[in-house]
Amino acid sequence: MSDKIIKNGRVVVDERLTVALAEGEAAADIAVPAGRVLVPLAVWQTRRDELLARARSGELGVWLAAGEDAATLAGDLEALQVIALHFPKFTDGRSYSAATLLRKRHGYKGELRAIGEVLRDQFNYMTRCGFDALQPQAGRYTDAQLEAALASIDDFTQPYQHSVKDPLPLFRSVNRAADREAQQ
Amino acid sequence: MYQYDEYDQRIVDERVAQFADQTRRYLAGELSEDEFRPLRLQNGLYIQRHAPMLRIAVPYGNLNSKQLRTLGHIARTFDRGYGHITTRQNIQFNWPRLDDVPEILGLLANVQMHAIQTSGNCIRNVTADPFAGVAADEIVDPRPWCEIVRQWSTFHPEFAFLPRKFKIAVNGAKEDRAVIQVHDIGLDIVHNAAGELGFRVLVGGGLGRTPIIGEEVAAFVPWQQILNYCEAILRVYNQHGRRDNAYKARIKILVKALGVPEFARQVEEEFAHLKDGPSTLTQAEIDRVASRFDDPVLSPLAEDAGYRARLADDKAFAAWARRNVRAHRVAGYASVVLSLKPYGVAPGDLTADQFDAVADLADRYAFGEVRSTHEQNVVLASVREADLVALWQEARAIGLATPNIGLLTDIIACPGGDFCALANAKSIPIANAIQDRFDKLDYLFDIGDIEINISGCMNACGHHHVGHIGILGVDKNGAEFYQVTIGGKQGNDAALGKVIGPSFAAAEMPDVISALIDTYVDQRHDDERFIDTVRRIGVEPFKTRVYADRQPQRKPAHV
Repeated sequence: MSDKIIKNGRVVVDERLTVALAEGEAAADIAVPAGRVLVPLAVWQTRRDELLARARSGELGVWLAAGEDAATLAGDLEALQVIALHFPKFTDGRSYSAATLLRKRHGYKGELRAIGEVLRDQFNYMTRCGFDALQPQAGRYTDAQLEAALASIDDFTQPYQHSVKDPLPLFRSVNRAADREAQQ
Repeated sequence: MYQYDEYDQRIVDERVAQFADQTRRYLAGELSEDEFRPLRLQNGLYIQRHAPMLRIAVPYGNLNSKQLRTLGHIARTFDRGYGHITTRQNIQFNWPRLDDVPEILGLLANVQMHAIQTSGNCIRNVTADPFAGVAADEIVDPRPWCEIVRQWSTFHPEFAFLPRKFKIAVNGAKEDRAVIQVHDIGLDIVHNAAGELGFRVLVGGGLGRTPIIGEEVAAFVPWQQILNYCEAILRVYNQHGRRDNAYKARIKILVKALGVPEFARQVEEEFAHLKDGPSTLTQAEIDRVASRFDDPVLSPLAEDAGYRARLADDKAFAAWARRNVRAHRVAGYASVVLSLKPYGVAPGDLTADQFDAVADLADRYAFGEVRSTHEQNVVLASVREADLVALWQEARAIGLATPNIGLLTDIIACPGGDFCALANAKSIPIANAIQDRFDKLDYLFDIGDIEINISGCMNACGHHHVGHIGILGVDKNGAEFYQVTIGGKQGNDAALGKVIGPSFAAAEMPDVISALIDTYVDQRHDDERFIDTVRRIGVEPFKTRVYADRQPQRKPAHV
């Protein structure tokens, strides 16, 4: 079973420990492990000064639970190299809006990682909303399945809408009227 | 109707390939049941009481004869010989096998059809007036706008996993025939004081467990901005709609919780960012989409003398013409409603042979074009007056000329407990029992315009809340009972019906309807419709009559 992820369209090893606050734990108190980690928004907000250097180096990233307001990170986007958005269930679509807002409204350019219930049949939607790192739950796919799943990113080659990936909707990016004339 | 270009076709073809692969992985055990369910639902595929049910999209009710023949072929080959028109103008097959579905979707793609987003928590098939483009009271043809909304909402990456399903309807006529007030978004095409085109936007209407009439969130959104505005609504809903309880997850609950002013404020705030963004529509795009509708070019024709003479001479034809033929915007033409409500048939059902026969009628008399209606009938939009007699005779031969459009037997009914896994009670036998009770055409004409809507459960697919008489199947200790409402209405002055009292057993329903009708006949003023009488005198007289009649059954004498 694979613990690899997809990053920029390739299967790679890119391990990061996701730190979560257990019940009763306070953001101010928990130990943030050394090495490559993702910390919850509350930990980042509480201990920003302490963690800033690790964030700037890319060692430490911040993850947002579904429904947490992406705008709260608007002032930190220059420092953060990695932001992860959580999908508690793959049917919970809130993080698609958070991703779109981070990229389009707040201009975030760093790594945007999908974590949680991340499945290949949503890869197309996720990448169009600006996720460049897709981290399925460890063990969900074999290495071979993950390689095969790359194809799902391109399930729809020319979608109708504009999105993070396609800055213009189809009617602005191609001349559909010309297409008709060519057919006639 | 709208003709695909290569981009439309590619998107549908790519969906067929995607779903074939998903089905293969599911059958191979690589996708779990829970992982596959939302994927198949977004392809209209339910697992039902007897077999999968496949719901095929009919965008805003538009079909052509080639598509009908394909549907007939699917009914014959993969189903048990029939299909069913739904209250969202879609078509359902109740008996396909799961492993046949990818092949069926392939056949549909060949005729520019699909099952995309006909279920699931996403933006569903956009609906409209079945008389769009030909109605005499039309201000603006809604179909190009529907198509633009269809394309925008198809595989929108941000809005595929909403808290709950999301339905949009568009009206472009003086009289709303798309029930926009009971949709998540109702778009009403209007002109502002300066004569510019735009949309009055209603949000938060819906039936189901918590029926609510939608409220105006924007009085006028310029047409260029309409997708940006919809995007703002959807983004607010996607982020803030409830996800903890499926029964409270529709946008209407969010709108109620926030209140319309606060909801509108949040939408405006989001819209301020999106306004003039990439989704802003251009005149060129509107023109392009409109130009892909291959509507017949009609010139006014002289009044047809043969048709007029036949109306005077032939009572049966005149009855049909009175109920099933509607005025057309072009002189010398008419729109015809083929009734899918003959006696003893599930409302909205068409057999495989009827699909083919309607296709033939459409080719011969209606420029190959057909519409499905949310009342579960079929419309031939443009028929020459001179052809009406011949069309009537042929429609009669295939059982589609019952002269009952808008009459008591033109009942809307969901598939109900005979097919649907969600239903509490059966719908179709109730519809048939009521039709049997009212089998005298003269009496039906005397009763006049009335709408009976039946849902087998509170999900309200049969739109019972907006029926003049609404019937809702409920479960009472494992037995099937029916709750009755009156005073519901669709249209510009849409209203939700009021419950008349305790529910009834199935066998009582024809008597209940008779008592309601008797009350109306006794109380009505000249030329007053059932709904107007209910609105004038209220529920009480109806209630009194129904429950008075019922008393002996409730307390049988001890003998």
